[in-house]
Amino acid sequence: MSADLSPLWEVFIRSRNGLAHRHAGSLHATDAEMALAAARDLFTRRGEAASLWVVPAAAIIASDPAEAGMLFEPTGSKIYRHPTFYEVPEDVGHM
Amino acid sequence: MSGICEPAMGAMVGSALTLVETPLLRALLARADDALILGHRLSEWTGHAPILEEELALANLALDLIGQARLLYEYAGAIEGAGHGEDDFAYFRDPPQFRNLLLVEQPNGDFAATMLRHFLYAAFADPYWRAMTAAGDATLAAIAAKAEKEMAYHLRHAAAWVIRLGDGTAESHRRLAAALDALWPFTGEMFTAEAGEAALAEAGAVIDPATLRPLWDATIDRVFAAANLARPSGEWAPSGGRAGRHSEHLGHLLATMQHLARSHPGATW
Repeated sequence: MSADLSPLWEVFIRSRNGLAHRHAGSLHATDAEMALAAARDLFTRRGEAASLWVVPAAAIIASDPAEAGMLFEPTGSKIYRHPTFYEVPEDVGHM
Repeated sequence: MSGICEPAMGAMVGSALTLVETPLLRALLARADDALILGHRLSEWTGHAPILEEELALANLALDLIGQARLLYEYAGAIEGAGHGEDDFAYFRDPPQFRNLLLVEQPNGDFAATMLRHFLYAAFADPYWRAMTAAGDATLAAIAAKAEKEMAYHLRHAAAWVIRLGDGTAESHRRLAAALDALWPFTGEMFTAEAGEAALAEAGAVIDPATLRPLWDATIDRVFAAANLARPSGEWAPSGGRAGRHSEHLGHLLATMQHLARSHPGATW
């Protein structure tokens, strides 16, 4: 089946209430309804899901791997952004 | 030839069960056999589906149906009270002892034919099991509660494909229309109860399948309209599956399905 007739979709699963949807994988389907059906059939066979999202892969805007240096490396030297630099009063307990 | 391929010496190789069918046992076997035979047909797609996504989908549908069959056979064994279990019913009956609809034993054909056969069956099985959740027989009602959720998805999945193939390309429409001509005559059998089942329905233990005809008609009309399909007009309506008069296809299916269990009775793996 050609890519045009059966484009790529990305599948996101939320396993239970209160959690975020997480990327589970991808699949080919003719349209949104069939993509949701295929996501159910491929990724929720063992009770993994309480909710499903499917997103056309073409709708995802991805960062350019060649720009990873510019985008992500500068944060490496800014360890003060990590919360370990803040003192939490004893009374607060676990955050 | 290695020993493992030879039938166990002295065993009753190939012998079929002797059953005394009460109306309830016969009605249970009819529903169980529908599910098992259609489930087996779908399992034949494993490794042959047109796309990976549908490979898994067909296997899921098959497993739902085989699961339904197991529950029904287990209950059949309990009410028969002769010590027969699910394997005995599945593997040690001959074709005339199977009570399934002729529709579900029809060969898979192409993907369009498989999906259309499934749609025609699911459009009946979905409302059937939903109605059976209110059956007077508590065990059947419990089995129905599981089956109706499964069949609701089967109906949705199969209808979605029927619409897309019917309203798709000239080739997909041609294949679907050919499948409809071949399979349509077998649909009438779904709505006929045997005398024993009719008596059970009269007593409220089970549902009279004839009462589901309007719901089935409405589903067929809605999906066919979206799929640009017309109902065939032919009058030929073969039946006999419930009485054990099957097409030649069932014998071939059972030969494949039962071969191992009948060659090596009691084998475990």
